[in-house]
Amino acid sequence: MRVLTTAVAVCAAAALSGCASTAATTSKPAAGDSAKAKPLPKGLDSGRGEDAYASTYRPLPSRPTALVDATIFTGTGEKIERGVVLIRDGKIEAVGAQIVPPASYDMVDADGKYVTPGLIDAHSHLGVYPSPAVPAHSDGNELTDPNTAGVWAEHSVWPQDPGFNLARAGGVTTLLVLPGSGNLIGGRSVTLRNVPARTVQDMKFPGAPYGLKMACGENPKRVYGSRNRAPSTRMGNVAGYRTAWINAADYARKWDDYRAKADRGEKADPPKRDLQLETLAGVLSGEILVENHCYRADEMVQMIGIAHEFGYKITAFHHALEAYKIADILAKEDICVATWANWWGSKLEAWDAVEANAPMIHAAGGCAIIKSDDPDVIQRLNQEAAEALSAGRAAGYQITEGEAMKWITLNPAKAIGVDKQTGSLEPGKRADVVLWDKNPFSIYAKAERVYLDGAIAYDRHDRRYQPKSDFELGQGAGR
Amino acid sequence: MRKLVVSLAALAAALAGPALAQSVVITNARVLTAGPAGEIAHGLVMIDKGKITAVLDQTTVRLAFAPGTQVIDAQGGVVTPGFIAPNALLGAVEVRSLGDDLVVNNPDIGAAFDVQYALNPASTLIPVARMAGITRAIVTPISAGGGGGGADFHADDGEELMTAGGGGGTKSAALFAGQAAVIHLGEATEILVKPKVGMVVPFGDGGANVAGGARGAEIVALQTAFRDVRDYMRNKVAYDRAGVRDLALSKADLEALIPVVEGRMPIIAVVHKASDIRAVLKFAREEKVKVILSGAEEGWMAAREIAAAGVPVIIDPLSDRPETFQTLGSSLENAGKLHAAGVTVVLQGSGGAHRIRELRYNAGNAVAYGMPYQAALAAMTINPAKVFGVDAQVGSLEPGKDADVVVWTADPFEPLSQPTAIFIRGQAQPLTSRQIELRDRYKDLSGPYPPAYSR
Repeated sequence: MRVLTTAVAVCAAAALSGCASTAATTSKPAAGDSAKAKPLPKGLDSGRGEDAYASTYRPLPSRPTALVDATIFTGTGEKIERGVVLIRDGKIEAVGAQIVPPASYDMVDADGKYVTPGLIDAHSHLGVYPSPAVPAHSDGNELTDPNTAGVWAEHSVWPQDPGFNLARAGGVTTLLVLPGSGNLIGGRSVTLRNVPARTVQDMKFPGAPYGLKMACGENPKRVYGSRNRAPSTRMGNVAGYRTAWINAADYARKWDDYRAKADRGEKADPPKRDLQLETLAGVLSGEILVENHCYRADEMVQMIGIAHEFGYKITAFHHALEAYKIADILAKEDICVATWANWWGSKLEAWDAVEANAPMIHAAGGCAIIKSDDPDVIQRLNQEAAEALSAGRAAGYQITEGEAMKWITLNPAKAIGVDKQTGSLEPGKRADVVLWDKNPFSIYAKAERVYLDGAIAYDRHDRRYQPKSDFELGQGAGR
Repeated sequence: MRKLVVSLAALAAALAGPALAQSVVITNARVLTAGPAGEIAHGLVMIDKGKITAVLDQTTVRLAFAPGTQVIDAQGGVVTPGFIAPNALLGAVEVRSLGDDLVVNNPDIGAAFDVQYALNPASTLIPVARMAGITRAIVTPISAGGGGGGADFHADDGEELMTAGGGGGTKSAALFAGQAAVIHLGEATEILVKPKVGMVVPFGDGGANVAGGARGAEIVALQTAFRDVRDYMRNKVAYDRAGVRDLALSKADLEALIPVVEGRMPIIAVVHKASDIRAVLKFAREEKVKVILSGAEEGWMAAREIAAAGVPVIIDPLSDRPETFQTLGSSLENAGKLHAAGVTVVLQGSGGAHRIRELRYNAGNAVAYGMPYQAALAAMTINPAKVFGVDAQVGSLEPGKDADVVVWTADPFEPLSQPTAIFIRGQAQPLTSRQIELRDRYKDLSGPYPPAYSR
């Protein structure tokens, strides 16, 4: 034991000295900083933390591929009969009915089949609440303070969660993994490419913005009220958010002042870096998207008020079961609504659900999203969308299947800030593509093959492309 | 053949005769009877005085209905029996977080707990379930821990999918969670159809929880309890004089278990893992009690043994994750494989309450993963009717049965299909719910008055 202790101490000392010398000799001022500004010690410069956890995602190997004679839902609202999708260098090369595929491409006969963009789940807890759902795996809710803006979901993600493989077999190629909703401010989300990987960094979507999980209503006030501390009411919730944003705005101002002084070569003492305030400041500067769990219509409007007070934008309301009551306001504010068709009644704030919530948002000109928040529903987002579509039609809305496909492709891509890269079958985008054996709005449809960046990531009929996580290996009787 | 046609036409005319107010004929339908008649490609269904009076191939009948008969043209849609949802909480829960009437923590009332006294016909959930074609349900007590879900899973939102009989993670002191009842979902002041149709007993982790921490203790505790019941049955007079040894259970519980030890009331065994399923089968064989397996995610791994024992299973066909160490073998092919092995399968909805309406989609998924269509239909109609002893009244479209009949635009397993008419015990049900009223109130946000003024 003594030997081990000594060795650890030596390592730590070496690492420290290594740190110091690295900071002193090799750090360069980032673009925009004045050359005169002396670099801060490593780890103390606010907003520079992401690089250490950067994406190491590499696409799987792909070949030029042509999906031929398919019925195509493009994800932009259109439907193309007997169409062709060309994939090259991991990107969508062309989509249309009049395309002649080059003979050198791998030909996939999709006659009678359907092709869609890879599905995108804008609300998942895979990895942070993995299967098996044992207490040792409960890593999604840091319920130790109502504001834990400083935690990052990626630091909880277990890449071996078998749920990732099941979601991929359901056509999901990109997902937003969020912290839970027990806190007013739960922490940073992470956007993942749905590939089997050893590390979460290998899954991180390159260049995707971070999101901030916020939560309204019953959960935070229940969690903290039961501990006889704030918040215990909805007004306590709102005071909590506003206090957090005041602190964040003050923090951002201090860093701006410091940087301005440093740029002018004036002597300046940097504010102490604060993980919580750093994330909130990232929202105020527009770099981090706000993903706001909120059920009730009146509370969503309160949250819009807070966003206006502090000058940030809410990208999406999640769950949002009462969004249909304020569809006009949400459309005007350009806030997406990520919801379900069927989930309701778990608590009072989920009592006024309607199956047609998403179609009513859509009909009002808003951005409707069907998401899972669930390791089972994520496997069947297409079915949940079909259920919402059906409820919308029953309510009298004329909505095409092509439009409804946006609810699980382009709209969630927009809500998590990756719509320039994926979410629709448009030339230049990542070739995230699902080949379905039947119309994906049918209960009988199954994803036959799933491409990520043009590479086969899943094939229902070829065991070589049916990855299993370490946890599934040798357990479960080969399910 | 001509003679048959004539006689059927005469029958039709006769049935459509005098008492016309309650007479309904549904025509131009693909009729899925779930009974011996199978599927009738172009059929009609007649309803009179609450009963199904005829199910006919329309191509062999001349239609001659008396004036006053309500004719519903299904326009090529599908007619099915009403669906029967097992493991339900309907009528015994409203808002989940506010509690339910299906969990008991009372040392004197475990087996004796009887859900029949808690049923609320005005529940908001009933019309929502009805709009999904569900016309009957088995309201089932919730057993102690260890349904599909660990308590932590939906910690995100404090939202746990609640399945009656499947266990909601609640710790109960009782080995026996209580007795289930069959209800109908029609508009009525009384929805109870048949009480005391099954006794919920948790096994596996849940059974271990109620028996002090280990599976082995639970089986011993159950054996002891059953021995006590048999002693009590033989010595009721002595028991009342306090002339018998101390028994583990209250008198109410002893009484409630008599039909179980006599093999008249089945145990609804909440069980997941293959080894626990085998332990339940062995226990039932040794104690000579009837058993229904509920959960049975790893049932496919013991399918031949389950079939050989003649034991039916209630399953959620969507269970496919290794959600706990009891369900490592969960598979979407469970329903199809159990059916193929000859097991009587009953399908359940997603949870037994708010999302029970997904039953029809769950059946579709079972079909997508290998269950024959007619088997999936049976698994939500005639099979649960037989398993819970109400097949003389419901479960198939056959003359003489209660008229639980649903007309669909198309295949009811498809989300894009919708019901166009719903009959329960022959009564037409309104095609609405509180959810639909809310929807319609907020469809137009431009009115001069707030939505509160709309009805």
